[in-house]
Amino acid sequence: MNREQVETNLPILPPPKEKVTFFQWLKDNLFSSWYNTLFTIALSILLFSIIKGTLTWIFIDADWSIVTSNFKILMSGQYPAVQLWRVWLCIVLLASLLGFSSGIWNGTITHLSIFLGSLLFISGILPFVSLETRIWTFIGLAILIVGHFIGKKIPIKKTILIGWFLLFPIAIFFINGFGVLPKVGTNLWGGFLLTILLATVAIVCSFPIGVLLALGRRSKLPTIKYFCIFYIEFIRGIPLITILFVSSIMLPLFLGQGVELNNILRAMIGLTLFNAAYLAENVRGGLQAIPRGQYEASHALGLSSPLMTCFIILPQALRSVIPAMVGQFIAIFKDTTLVTIIGIIDILGMAKNVAQNPQFLGQQMEVFLFVAVVFFLFCYALSYTSRRIEKSLGVGER
Amino acid sequence: MLEEFNDTTPLEDRENIIECKDLNKWFGDLHVLKNVHLNVKKGEVLVVLGPSGSGKSTFIRTLNALEEIQKGTITIDGTTLTNDLSDIETIRKETGMVFQQFNLFPHMTILKNIMLAPIWVRKWPKDKVEKIALELLDRVGIPEQANKYPGQLSGGQQQRVAIARALAMQPKIMLFDEPTSALDPEMIKEVLDVMKELAKTGMTMVVVTHEMNFAREVADRIVLFDYGEIIESGTPEEMFDNPQHERTKLFLSQIL
Amino acid sequence: MNTTTPFWRDKRIKPILLQLLFVIIIGIAMFYFINNALTGLKRMGLSLSYSFLNSTASFDISGDKLIEYSATDKYSRAILVGFLNTLRVAILGIIFATIIGVILGIARLSNNWLARNTSKVFVEIFRNTPLLVQMIIWYSAVFLTLPLIGDNYNFANAIFLSNRGIAIPWFKPIDITWIWLSFIVLGIIGAVFTWKWKIKQQVETGKRKYPSIWVFGTLLLSIIFPFVVTQSGPFTLSIPEINPNGRSFVGGFVISPSFGAVLLALVMYTSAFIAEIVRSGIMGVNKGQVEAAQSLGLKSSTMLRLVIFPQAYRIMIPPMTSQYLNLTKNSSLAVAVGYPELVSVGNTILNQSGRAIQMITIMIICYLTFSLITSLLMNIFNKYTQLVER
Repeated sequence: MNREQVETNLPILPPPKEKVTFFQWLKDNLFSSWYNTLFTIALSILLFSIIKGTLTWIFIDADWSIVTSNFKILMSGQYPAVQLWRVWLCIVLLASLLGFSSGIWNGTITHLSIFLGSLLFISGILPFVSLETRIWTFIGLAILIVGHFIGKKIPIKKTILIGWFLLFPIAIFFINGFGVLPKVGTNLWGGFLLTILLATVAIVCSFPIGVLLALGRRSKLPTIKYFCIFYIEFIRGIPLITILFVSSIMLPLFLGQGVELNNILRAMIGLTLFNAAYLAENVRGGLQAIPRGQYEASHALGLSSPLMTCFIILPQALRSVIPAMVGQFIAIFKDTTLVTIIGIIDILGMAKNVAQNPQFLGQQMEVFLFVAVVFFLFCYALSYTSRRIEKSLGVGER
Repeated sequence: MLEEFNDTTPLEDRENIIECKDLNKWFGDLHVLKNVHLNVKKGEVLVVLGPSGSGKSTFIRTLNALEEIQKGTITIDGTTLTNDLSDIETIRKETGMVFQQFNLFPHMTILKNIMLAPIWVRKWPKDKVEKIALELLDRVGIPEQANKYPGQLSGGQQQRVAIARALAMQPKIMLFDEPTSALDPEMIKEVLDVMKELAKTGMTMVVVTHEMNFAREVADRIVLFDYGEIIESGTPEEMFDNPQHERTKLFLSQIL
Repeated sequence: MNTTTPFWRDKRIKPILLQLLFVIIIGIAMFYFINNALTGLKRMGLSLSYSFLNSTASFDISGDKLIEYSATDKYSRAILVGFLNTLRVAILGIIFATIIGVILGIARLSNNWLARNTSKVFVEIFRNTPLLVQMIIWYSAVFLTLPLIGDNYNFANAIFLSNRGIAIPWFKPIDITWIWLSFIVLGIIGAVFTWKWKIKQQVETGKRKYPSIWVFGTLLLSIIFPFVVTQSGPFTLSIPEINPNGRSFVGGFVISPSFGAVLLALVMYTSAFIAEIVRSGIMGVNKGQVEAAQSLGLKSSTMLRLVIFPQAYRIMIPPMTSQYLNLTKNSSLAVAVGYPELVSVGNTILNQSGRAIQMITIMIICYLTFSLITSLLMNIFNKYTQLVER
């Protein structure tokens, strides 16, 4: 056989430009076969009528006065107007932290600060909000943007991380006051502010319990293990509403006469106990994904079990379950609406109240749709973030 | 049953069964196949060597239309690959492919794995297919595993089943994409033995592999890929004992 | 090595001590809580007995009842009404949510751009808004804003939309219905067997046997035959009419506003999650499987049927189980729109009789039973279909 002469060191060429014309795109994506064409046409007609109907309703038929004149109580309930600056201060603090973080780390967090920024901007230019609101939203927006650029120049990572950890206690301190500032008790919390606080308290407080339950479920000590299994499976087996009933009706009974808890604190306890069980299952998923080798290596290095858990196992496990935990946060955030059933006035409860006001008769759709949109914005932003984190962690990729 | 193609005409006088002209492929901006020109004769055993990332796997996958090419033509057994689905179907019927990761269907027994395609693609009657399947299992040395599931078999056994599955379609060409790379060392031999047997029957084979001994022993011709192009081509003796190209020498020195 | 190790360092004793400590702490806490509860109950003059279940409920359940019930019945019967209503909405919800979810999930993988994106928008909207908000929108902003029963919307005097519910024509069995029913059941069984038989023939001989035409023929026969025998249709249509008192419908099938809202909200919400499960299940099948099937020359429909789906649904079973459980648990939100299911009825009894502990215990036991049965069924199914591994 003769040896072929082969040409080598061929140049690296750019790929041929594939020109996809508009019509080609249409053909490939909408009209690739007769049934696809039929389907596209039918669906287009359906969608057109739905979208047309919705838009006419939103812009012509709907009467949004129920939302515009009740905006303040929908968002912050009975929170005293003179003390509202404290809530705004917390939002500004959040904006500055987000701004700095997005400047320092870039990536996914930037998307979140764009979300917060546009939210602030939109609420600032809404025609019906008070001047005070406008000023605060633009302060927040300005700080967000300034923070972003400072963060790019001066990466003060540690300060910002500490800031994130302190955000929750600081926010609770400012919103409540605890007597240092004039006290605004939980009984005055309401509206969307309450929704956010309920969700945050539930997630923050249930986190340590959830981690302990997850570790306990994997423990070698049978009593601890079975106690944790029982707790987790029991809570996951019953609806949240029964747990809220238990916490609002039976908790005072269990705690005896000495302890007085108001309705909102009881709901918080219920939500926390509920969420802990679900969080525990998420964390357990992360623990299970850790290869045996990590345990063996840690033991071989002479780390004791608690040290190994704290420094080797948990950090890896928690990191890998971030997306699942964001998902759980979205779930509990949506589930906080259930507190309306036990008579707490969160944003949904407030919407129900104003819908019953004879002044706004027949405007239920407007106000409930407003509530739905508020939830959608937050949940969508969070689930978008969680998907991005998932991608950057490389979880779920094949 | 399985026709043997033992042909006595010398290789160079036979007709081409695979003809590749000017193959070019890009992954995004990455130029992975550059003007690849390659013909394979009927009954020839062609071994494709090359460092990882050289485009050799991509090349063999284009032959089965698992990867699209942006420029060039591939003609297999007289059929030229176009966007026409029926051409792709014809070509896939005539070529069997064996993957690095076996890719057996985990929810079917070994026997069902082998019988699936002949029944649904060739539309042969079931008893005929079953007979072929059992015979093939016998030929690859695991007749007793017919009713087990892939998950119950060792890697080497799974790969032999994968070969049997491809052969059950009675293809004219067999493509092997690194068939032994995912195997433990002690299992490599059992798979290579099956492939050697197959080569003796006169089957046309294109094999991407890192097994140098197999290449030296079985190949009629070896081509070396690097950076998406064919650097050198020749008989095993020529390639191993008298490499011409610098990069061939380098590659061989690293691997031997 | 005879120096005694202190007992708290002994590898065998330490775990026992730890567990003992744990049990003591839990025990003290439990004792404290239960003791408080008991003294509290004593102070309020309530007992922990369940005998109140036998006393008269003296409240009416309006609307949806699957069994006869009136205010003179016992509490236990009221609970049974609620229990059956929960089952009804949960089972219907699971069926519809699965159907819609599967369609949406497959649409998300369609090569039709419009279908893909419509499905995506639907999924995002419905899973990112709280179920309770959706339910209240359906109930108070859609169903209750329909016109009064007197000036209802109606289509051809057969379908009525009003704030008392939606009434549609429904089948009313007549005495020959069972003949029809048995023929159709026979027909379906026959069709399944014909399909299997023809496919088997096709596989065995390798010749086309047109199984779908055979199935169609069998089904057609099962409709023609009873018609010829009975000389009549299978049932009469019961068309709804407005009750002379002008406050309800007679005949037909009436979907009450609360039931409609609960079912619609549960189905929409859950189907959005199921769509994602279906999508990721199909995407989750190893790419190598597709390549292997392609390289064997399988057509894409055959590949989907024999290679992709059988593997995808194994991936889908566990998350589907938890969605079914969620749907059942979420049906408890119906209390907010007054659909008389378990929690709603339980809540009424709780408020009326003050038997909080007993009622909550009953609810918890019922839901735990639902959960256990569902998980059990799905586990059996899962085991049955699991891949055999070494």
